[in-house]
Amino acid sequence: MNIAVCVKQIPDQSVPGKLDPGTHNLVRDGKLILDDSDSYGVEMALQLVDRAGGGEVTLISMAPNGEVSGIRTALAMGADRAVLVSDPSLAGSDALTTAKVLAAAIRRNPFDLVMAATESTDGYTGTVPVQVAEILDIPSVSFAKKVEIENGILKVQRQTESGYDEVECPLPALVTVTAGVVEPRYPSFKGIMAAKSKPVDVLDVAALGTGPLTTSQEIVSVRAAEERASGTVVVDEGDAFRQVVEFLEAIKVI
Amino acid sequence: MDFGLTDEHHAIVDSVRTFVERELYPFEDEVERLDEVPADLANAIRAKAISAGIYAANMPADIGGGGLDAVGLALVERELGRASYALQMLVARPSNILCACNEEQASKYLLPTVLGERHDCLAMTEPGAGSDVRSMRTRAVHVDGGWVINGTKHFISHADMADFVVLFAVTGTEDSPRGPRNLISAFLVDMGTPGFTLNRGASCVSHRGYHQCELVFDDCHVGDDQLLGQEGRGLELMDQWLGASRLTVAANCVGRAQRVLDKALDWSAAREQFGQTIGKFQGIGFQLADLAVAVEAAELLTLRAAWRFEAGEMTAQDAAMAKLFASETLGRVTDTAIQVFGGTGLMSDAPIERWWRDARVERIWDGTSEIQRLIISRSLLRPREYLA
Ligand SMILES: Cc1cc2nc3c(=O)[nH]c(=O)nc-3n(C[C@H](O)[C@H](O)[C@H](O)COP(=O)(O)OP(=O)(O)OC[C@H]3O[C@@H](n4cnc5c(N)ncnc54)[C@H](O)[C@@H]3O)c2cc1C
Repeated sequence: MNIAVCVKQIPDQSVPGKLDPGTHNLVRDGKLILDDSDSYGVEMALQLVDRAGGGEVTLISMAPNGEVSGIRTALAMGADRAVLVSDPSLAGSDALTTAKVLAAAIRRNPFDLVMAATESTDGYTGTVPVQVAEILDIPSVSFAKKVEIENGILKVQRQTESGYDEVECPLPALVTVTAGVVEPRYPSFKGIMAAKSKPVDVLDVAALGTGPLTTSQEIVSVRAAEERASGTVVVDEGDAFRQVVEFLEAIKVI
Repeated sequence: MDFGLTDEHHAIVDSVRTFVERELYPFEDEVERLDEVPADLANAIRAKAISAGIYAANMPADIGGGGLDAVGLALVERELGRASYALQMLVARPSNILCACNEEQASKYLLPTVLGERHDCLAMTEPGAGSDVRSMRTRAVHVDGGWVINGTKHFISHADMADFVVLFAVTGTEDSPRGPRNLISAFLVDMGTPGFTLNRGASCVSHRGYHQCELVFDDCHVGDDQLLGQEGRGLELMDQWLGASRLTVAANCVGRAQRVLDKALDWSAAREQFGQTIGKFQGIGFQLADLAVAVEAAELLTLRAAWRFEAGEMTAQDAAMAKLFASETLGRVTDTAIQVFGGTGLMSDAPIERWWRDARVERIWDGTSEIQRLIISRSLLRPREYLA
């Protein structure tokens, strides 16, 4: 069982982010870390390969300046190798260009399954994974909350608004996993030391062999999201339940 | 001199910091309130630390420990030190002296302790022998096939959670230039050995939930195979194996000082009086500046000592300087933090007063501040005595 996991390396969320005033893109030139939402896919992949009794987990990432800090975290968790695409011409890539790059990087090694998060945490459209599947010409299942492989068939519980669907599909396929699908392991000391010597192929666009990539999306303007209004604190003086019920009725939950 | 940490060091810090924030911080208030870590919580934290691969960080990798270099270990201690002691000690760093076990002892004591199946404690201090350890009175007398131990130890940390104790006892005397002095040996003694009783100690102002005990030995028989290392060489054994773990208290103090300072900074930037945030008053801002300098200096002393240990150059003076300065800095930081928080700092629903209480023991255990100064002053003056 060989699994490719798309992982995004993003600016540290504990530091306030900046937008480039010209392109309106998120500035990503500092140290990048593994997007938390991708740690679930990495964990799921490690468990599936383990259960299958063998195979490799390959990380696929696109990031500026040959940045590997986030990849090292996932390698320390136990992934076997990584392919990183880094090329100045990819700065400001839109979702489709990103998907083309990731798909080309995935194709370089044999794979049975591709995993990704449903969406990333910094700048996101939530559309990259399904575009990757389309380019690779494989089926995709989104919003997986449980993933199993039985006799070469992918079995997924797919989160919906009202519960979940049970979906089966042949391999190779692509799955996007929701946060909480599994509990990601901590990178162990042993894993951290071992990650140092795991192979990371760093490629530019020419080495990827996709031909020229053009981004057709342009960010015309950006405005600040509305501040979230502060919540209401209900102090229980014996009748809090009434206020809670009224609130739930008002938003038509009950 | 290269002050940079490696990528691996950064990754180690990230991993342990995340563990501490997710698995330990949420239980601090409960442990403080109960003065106890409930057994199922203790077991759960140990199990998580083992599966996260961060247990026994101070032990060699070939026996299942973390296998870290001295700087990596100091960073782990710094990160663990941020959390409540009763919780962070569950991510155990067994006593390094267990590495002196022979093969048979290793399978019974060292290996299961590194794997988290057994737990150790270490007993040196007695009611009559604190800083002056060599004056201890607990005595082991050799008899046919083993030893008979008599005496009382006190202030022995987490003995209530331990399966065995590394016990130091007098086994003879030798002549020294200053007269006869005790020869001390180390023993591995299992809890429950007949003649060995354990009493919970008085409650301590620092580190609630973390208990110290009195150990009483009354004609307690142990076998010859329970002598650790050579007879009469217990203190030397300590010296030989303690290594980088001598910096544990220093690194713990640096981590906690950083956490407390962060909280004081947050408060100073938010609390308003007389129409402005209190950090803008020079009386507060300058105190914070001085604390930040001290914490930074304590960290540099600690990491430098670790770095020198790795290079095989650490002296007793390096470790003493780091322990002294870091523990005294933590005292200053926590005391000033109370001042910055005002009355709020003294209330038990905020952690500031807890950090203030917890800081106090750091200047006492593992060698008091005075003993550290003694080590430093002696090593400064000794070369001059030869010249005189
Ligand atoms: C919570 C807690 C946990 C502990 N855990 C353990 C443990 O697990 N195992 C263990 O063996 N011990 C343990 N200890 C004991 C600890 O190491 C001793 O408390 C410490 O070494 C000091 O000894 P003492 O308390 O007897 O003080 P004393 O040695 O009596 O010192 C009293 C004062 O005299 C000063 N003083 C002593 N000698 C000199 C000198 N030569 N020059 C100048 N001043 C001097 C000291 O600095 C101190 O200020 C623990 C202590 C505490 C409080």
